[in-house]
Amino acid sequence: MAKKKQRANSEEAYIRGGSALKRIKLHWQCYVMLIPPLIVLILFSYWPMYGILIAFKRYSARAGITGSPWIEPWYYWFRNFFSTRDFPRLLKNTLGISIYSLIAGFPFPILLALALNECRNLRYKKIVQMVTYSPYFISVVVLVSIMFLLFSNKTGLINNIIESAGGKRYSFMSEPAAFKHMYVWSGIWQGTGFSSVLYIAALAGVDPSLHEAAEIDGASRLQQILHVDIPGIMPTIIITLILNCGSLMSVGHEKILLMQSTLNMSTSDVFNTYVYRMGLQQVQYELATAVNLFNSVCNIIIITTVNFIARRVGETSLW
Amino acid sequence: MARNQNKIKLSHGDRIFTTINYCVLTFALIIVLYPMIFIVSASFSSAVAVKSNKVWLYPVGFNVEGYKAALKHPLILSGFWNSIKVTVMGTITNIVLTFLVAYPLSVRGLWGKTFLTWLWTFTMLFSGGMIPLYLVVVKLNMLNTYPALFVPMAVSVYNMIIARTNIQSIPYDMYESATLDGCSDFRYFIQFVIPLSKAVIAVLTLYYAVGHWNGYFAALMYLTERKMFTLQQVLREIIIMNTVDPTQMVGADELLRKQGLKDLLKYSLVVVSTVPMLCVYPFIQKHFVKGVMIGSIKG
Repeated sequence: MAKKKQRANSEEAYIRGGSALKRIKLHWQCYVMLIPPLIVLILFSYWPMYGILIAFKRYSARAGITGSPWIEPWYYWFRNFFSTRDFPRLLKNTLGISIYSLIAGFPFPILLALALNECRNLRYKKIVQMVTYSPYFISVVVLVSIMFLLFSNKTGLINNIIESAGGKRYSFMSEPAAFKHMYVWSGIWQGTGFSSVLYIAALAGVDPSLHEAAEIDGASRLQQILHVDIPGIMPTIIITLILNCGSLMSVGHEKILLMQSTLNMSTSDVFNTYVYRMGLQQVQYELATAVNLFNSVCNIIIITTVNFIARRVGETSLW
Repeated sequence: MARNQNKIKLSHGDRIFTTINYCVLTFALIIVLYPMIFIVSASFSSAVAVKSNKVWLYPVGFNVEGYKAALKHPLILSGFWNSIKVTVMGTITNIVLTFLVAYPLSVRGLWGKTFLTWLWTFTMLFSGGMIPLYLVVVKLNMLNTYPALFVPMAVSVYNMIIARTNIQSIPYDMYESATLDGCSDFRYFIQFVIPLSKAVIAVLTLYYAVGHWNGYFAALMYLTERKMFTLQQVLREIIIMNTVDPTQMVGADELLRKQGLKDLLKYSLVVVSTVPMLCVYPFIQKHFVKGVMIGSIKG
């Protein structure tokens, strides 16, 4: 035992000891390996960070980022953005969509995991798990395509059903009031199976002796779920909920851009889509970069806070 | 154990519970499966049947006109081929670069490791954003090239941490005895680390490949030449933007005049673009689940 410890100590000394130069020399090949990925990292992650400066400049492509003049006052583009009518709308949509999907999407993976856990027919369990997991592999383009095909006003299946039931046809894909629901529920359709994996793993970790004890005490299956399973996975539930709050201000643009049209713009526009539209379509680089920076800073603040809370509550954190 | 032995009759309440549980599972199954079945059935039905709402579950008036129209559409074929190219090139680049980062960052006692790790994890938290990245790509003359689609995001830090965690789980004794026999870092990486990481390489390959096959936004930003379009981009144009460019219509022009066939083409396109993923899915499913689990353990 003592010998092992001694060996570990000398090992540690071998690893940590020696001057920096000696240690670099020892692993010089590792540094060589790091060169290609490091070049990519610097070019495509850190160089763009330098480009954020255009949020504080009057950018001209000819002068470049460095050559473009600073703008007076430095918060010109931010003030410009906050004073438009767009800002309150974007804030409302972004928060509305993310809170809605957070709350509506949260119970389903847990429910599915509990149901799968209670299923005694292993074959059936496996089939259900596999099928519910599969939409995760469908691309956003295909997902939105399916929505367009199913919900289209003229030929869509859903509208056909509504009509044959005596209802009126409804333009699900262009009606501003419907946008949020379409976005969130299609996300639930796609993501529930994937998200449930986490809870299934947590349920597998619940001590079986607790179930045995409960059974002997005459607990029904439902009571076992309520008093054994759910308390057992509560830490996972809480941590997931807290960490999900980290994305409060970031609603991805990929799916929304596909679902967006001039008709539903009032409810579908969020920060990220605004950045795309202003920046790449209307070539207002400065404004778009400023909005993007504002959003990133908000995200960092939220994630750091959420991470702090998660660490305090459940000894789990992102970093 | 106790549960299996006690094959005593279930109590009344438990029987109801089991029934409800199966109902819940079946409901989930149907909700997920039905739209997919409907799309596939519609794609194999006749245009008339689709238009007159005869298709509910199985194909009505079985035919493959939609698929024929898809094959004749030049943009779809080239899109399919381009997507394969991007997926293959991109995935290889991803895997190589990811492991080139993951290995050094798992080496014990590497000087500056903390800083280097931080350099990558920081990008998870903060990035330059859409416009500055676009300007960099423009500046590097990478517009309308495929590398623009996968090089900027070549190393997903999340995947890199998965790879690194796996490499760190290789016993240190192995490294020690190998280096004692004069094995260099390069050689250890190629002869020990790579063969021992086969499972993780498989998982990450699939992660990356699915990402490339399914991605459209990078292509939308960086590709403007129509003949370079990826399949997802073509899909977006035809189904979502609902535009069929007349100049792109060579043989299919006559056929596509009929609105019904155009709808059929859309259903077929959805199937064609999803089939490659759903074909490999059953084989890789357990790996994916495993991958999720690795990812949830912090590196």
